[in-house]
Amino acid sequence: MLVVDDLHASIGGTEILHGLSLEIGDGEIHAVMGPNGSGKSTLAHVLAGRDPYQVTAGRVLYDGADLLAMTPEERAAAGVFLGFQHPVEIPGVPTMYFLRTALNALRRARHHEELGPVEFLALVDAKRRLVDMDRSLLDRAVNDGFSGGERKRNEILQMLVLEPRLAVLDETDSGLDIDALRVVAAGVRSLRAPHRSAVVITHHRRLLDHLVPDQVHVLAGGRIVRSGGADLAAELEAHGYAGVHEPGAEPHPVSTATAR
Amino acid sequence: MTATSRSVPARTPPSGTAGAVAVDAPDRPWEPRWLNVARRRAAAWVEAHGFPTVKHEDWRYTKIDAALAVPLAAPPQGAVGDVDTLALADLPTPPLGGVRVVVVNGRVAAGLSSTGGALAPGMRVEPLADALHKSQGSLEQAWGWHADGYAHALRALNDAATLDGVLIELAAGALVEDPIEIVYASVPAPGAGWSHPRVVVVAGAGARATLVETYLSGPSGSSVTNAVTQVHLGQGAELEHCVLQGAGMDSFCFSSLEARLARGSRLSSRLLATGGRVGRHEVDVVLADEGAELSLDGLFLTGAGQHHDNPVLVDHAAPSCTSRQLYKGVVSGDGHGVFNGHIVVRPGADGTDAAQVNKNLLLSDRAEVDTRPRLEINADEVACSHGAAVGQLDPDALFYLRSRGVSEGEARAVLVSGFAREVLDRFGRGSIRGRAEELAMAAGLLALGEDGHGDDAVTAGLARARPGGR
Ligand SMILES: Nc1ncnc2c1ncn2[C@@H]1O[C@H](COP(=O)(O)OP(=O)(O)OP(=O)(O)O)[C@@H](O)[C@H]1O
Ligand SMILES: [Mg+2]
Repeated sequence: MLVVDDLHASIGGTEILHGLSLEIGDGEIHAVMGPNGSGKSTLAHVLAGRDPYQVTAGRVLYDGADLLAMTPEERAAAGVFLGFQHPVEIPGVPTMYFLRTALNALRRARHHEELGPVEFLALVDAKRRLVDMDRSLLDRAVNDGFSGGERKRNEILQMLVLEPRLAVLDETDSGLDIDALRVVAAGVRSLRAPHRSAVVITHHRRLLDHLVPDQVHVLAGGRIVRSGGADLAAELEAHGYAGVHEPGAEPHPVSTATAR
Repeated sequence: MTATSRSVPARTPPSGTAGAVAVDAPDRPWEPRWLNVARRRAAAWVEAHGFPTVKHEDWRYTKIDAALAVPLAAPPQGAVGDVDTLALADLPTPPLGGVRVVVVNGRVAAGLSSTGGALAPGMRVEPLADALHKSQGSLEQAWGWHADGYAHALRALNDAATLDGVLIELAAGALVEDPIEIVYASVPAPGAGWSHPRVVVVAGAGARATLVETYLSGPSGSSVTNAVTQVHLGQGAELEHCVLQGAGMDSFCFSSLEARLARGSRLSSRLLATGGRVGRHEVDVVLADEGAELSLDGLFLTGAGQHHDNPVLVDHAAPSCTSRQLYKGVVSGDGHGVFNGHIVVRPGADGTDAAQVNKNLLLSDRAEVDTRPRLEINADEVACSHGAAVGQLDPDALFYLRSRGVSEGEARAVLVSGFAREVLDRFGRGSIRGRAEELAMAAGLLALGEDGHGDDAVTAGLARARPGGR
């Protein structure tokens, strides 16, 4: 589904990603872990098409198409979803209206009929129960005054409503209480399907215990320095990243799963 | 961006520099004598002071030269005969349910006006032309407000030249449920000049009413409206007031709200300005006695080729009064918006609570905003605050929406709507709000729910934005 090949990306003239490669197959969940500042959010933003990031080399193929040539809204229409590490506040725009605008924009792009108010309400009501989000939050402006956890639940709600083909979740589990963590995991699992995939960026093994990813990657210094199975998360938790990102000084050999 | 003036606010102007103007104030034998005197005095004032120029503090950003190319005289009697033929379909719909007075080119068009059923007890609504024939104490007082001088010539000109408008009198304790609506329409007419409609509202103690003023004009032809609305609120009276300025893109729309608030009275006035080549809505409120409350809200959507000026003077002349102002501007193309807000706290007006906020959104790099909040405090123990901001659309929010599949044009419209909502919400939830949203939508900058009022927008259909705006 997604092939990231030797991606170099910079911001403000500073190169952050130094030749990152990653391959994700249909129906797979991949976890990306790595130290602060290593470039995880940069990768997520580049995949979603955020403006100030510049791709200086490499390519990204999404279902064989050149993802980097698409506008953010085209990527969304093609099924790419970014769960933001820091969801943005939009004063004056009710969450419900935001959701409906988004869903109907996607439906239009896909030549589906727009959802009427009644159908939409029913849809959102069902999804919001899954993420255990209070109805009153939906009447408030997007993320305006939301707590950290409420914002993350809102990201998951959006994902459930928009049903992406490729979800990139950037630390959606950070700042969540234990129940919310289960909610996020359940949300991701509920979308699991042979044609859907997810990239889950996280610092915590807990979420991965719930999700059981197909692969775990370590992103350090702007590259994937190590990849492995679900058990790699436990290992990282025990030993930390020390040494992992020094190529040649790796205490553990790269596991059999391909990092491409 | 912020300027503070230490001088006592001028209700008297600096010496004008515009060329000599002759203003006709012929004797009108059918009008009372005091009015003839007042008209001559006002005309003489205009001749002596001339029209405001950019040297005039409150007209710094607004040039009126082009408006002066239009004859100052009201249209001849003959042209007024046609006004009843203005298609009803051109008037805002649906009617708000109460009294509706339609003023075309400065004259009440009886055939287009209606009382909306029985008048509420204690309410009197009369075309000003009729009222001026009689000697009305309240009108004599209204003309006396500026006996010792005017702030500028346009205001004086209305005193000198108004022909018609509306007199609204509310007896003590009168409660008027349905909004009283005044629609000002400018239609092309041979020889049409400036129109000077005048509205006088006098509310007795404890009276309550809602007044909605809408400015419209035909799509073609340049017209100049120079309207004055005077409001006198008695003790404990309350007035909800809305101004919807949707004048044609080639017209000049000068309007002015003057209010005097007695003890414990309350005025809420909201402005939505989208129309006109030049729109200038002036507000001048005196909180004249203890415990009076004022709330002013304004939203100006200023597009290419447009200029919107919002001079506001809030005069705290008595102790323990409250005033709130929230003005928001959205300026696109090469539009120019101005907020010129002045709060004065007079000596002795202790316990004043005054706040003023002006926020502006610039949608293009040619768009311009000048904001000058001013605060002048001459009393003790006052709580006063003011602030102004000029910004652009938040790129993070824009990306957030686009990452969800919303096109850039629609995302911009959604954000502009979010910005504007705070003021639109002050228009309530009923038909007035609907009217305001319609006008705002027509300006092409917003994406609101199809029939969405406030939070109901969430259940309303998605309105597709007009990408690119103006
Ligand atoms: N505008 C910028 N100019 C220069 N450097 C930047 C800019 N924005 C981000 N960076 C840097 O890019 C690096 C990668 O940031 P990124 O947000 O991708 O890290 P991350 O792996 O997501 O970290 P975390 O785990 O803390 O979320 C950081 O060192 C950051 O300081
Ligand atoms: Mg990050």
